[in-house]
Amino acid sequence: MSDALLLLGMMLVTFGVRYPTLAIIGRLDLPDPFFRALRFVPPAVLTAIIAPAMLMPAGPLDISHTNAYLVAGIASVGVAWWRKNLLLTILVGMAVFLLWRVAVGG
Amino acid sequence: MEQTTPKTEFLAGLRDMIPMIVGAIPFGIIFGAVAVTGGLSPAATQGMSLFVFAGSAQFIAAGLIAEGIPPGIIILTTFIVNLRHALYGASLAPYLKHLPQKWLVPFGFLLTDETYAVTIRRYQERGVGPHGHWYYIASALFMYTNWQICTLIGIVTGRSLQGAANWGLDFAMVATFIGITVPLIVNRPMLVCTLVAGVTAVLANGLPNKLGLMLAALLGIGAGVLAESFRLGGQPEVATVEGDA
Repeated sequence: MSDALLLLGMMLVTFGVRYPTLAIIGRLDLPDPFFRALRFVPPAVLTAIIAPAMLMPAGPLDISHTNAYLVAGIASVGVAWWRKNLLLTILVGMAVFLLWRVAVGG
Repeated sequence: MEQTTPKTEFLAGLRDMIPMIVGAIPFGIIFGAVAVTGGLSPAATQGMSLFVFAGSAQFIAAGLIAEGIPPGIIILTTFIVNLRHALYGASLAPYLKHLPQKWLVPFGFLLTDETYAVTIRRYQERGVGPHGHWYYIASALFMYTNWQICTLIGIVTGRSLQGAANWGLDFAMVATFIGITVPLIVNRPMLVCTLVAGVTAVLANGLPNKLGLMLAALLGIGAGVLAESFRLGGQPEVATVEGDA
């Protein structure tokens, strides 16, 4: 029973964070600068996820050639910058990651 | 603009989620395994995936349950861990304002990092169009279904698949996010935004409950806005809407 209440509480707070901005902000008459600021959400949030995943995959900062996340991440950034092609970025990134782990034994 | 139908949008949503699904598989399996070995019942473990559907928050909750932390604290923690979704919602909202509640409620329930990343890219590149909501729902339902199946696999297999963390599938998400983010860096404010967000995220990674991520995102957004207004000086604001790409 207490499990059910815990799940209900977690469900309500999660929905309570996800739903309101998604459903309401588009309908409000907010000033332009607000919507210009929103353009920075994707690069800001995604970079905030990517950077620790590359630089500290196991917790502590790991800047070395044995860190396959860092090596393949740099390769992915390079391909993405060069070709601006998402699928190619993913394929090259995964290939470098898996090969690097085999080669370096990470 | 090319002709779209609900079906083409739905299929595109499924297709574009494939790398995200690959990346989520080990997380789902490990969550199921960690939760049941930590003392949560199999039913409650699957129930958490079914009704809460929030990967990071579920992991943290499973850890807190194993430590015997009171439910109130776990619920509060869930709220904090999920704060970034409010940013996702705000970012998507201008594209969804024409939709009725029967779409917006499931969209809110099913919002994840992965669906946000893939969908905002689609909408920014092509607009939402008459059928763009089918893209979102396909992406979200694919993620949801996969999460349920992987949770179940984790519950059933328990410790035997703990090595899933080392399969390397998780890099698929990193590579996808890189492939989405790098092309967004079309001008100096965007570059400033990503640099500030990235450096802050690394420095603040030790903060609990994903607060480092939230702080990094907010500082990145603030830095981008500041860099843009600095660059513009006193010029009219109109000129900036699409950056200088």
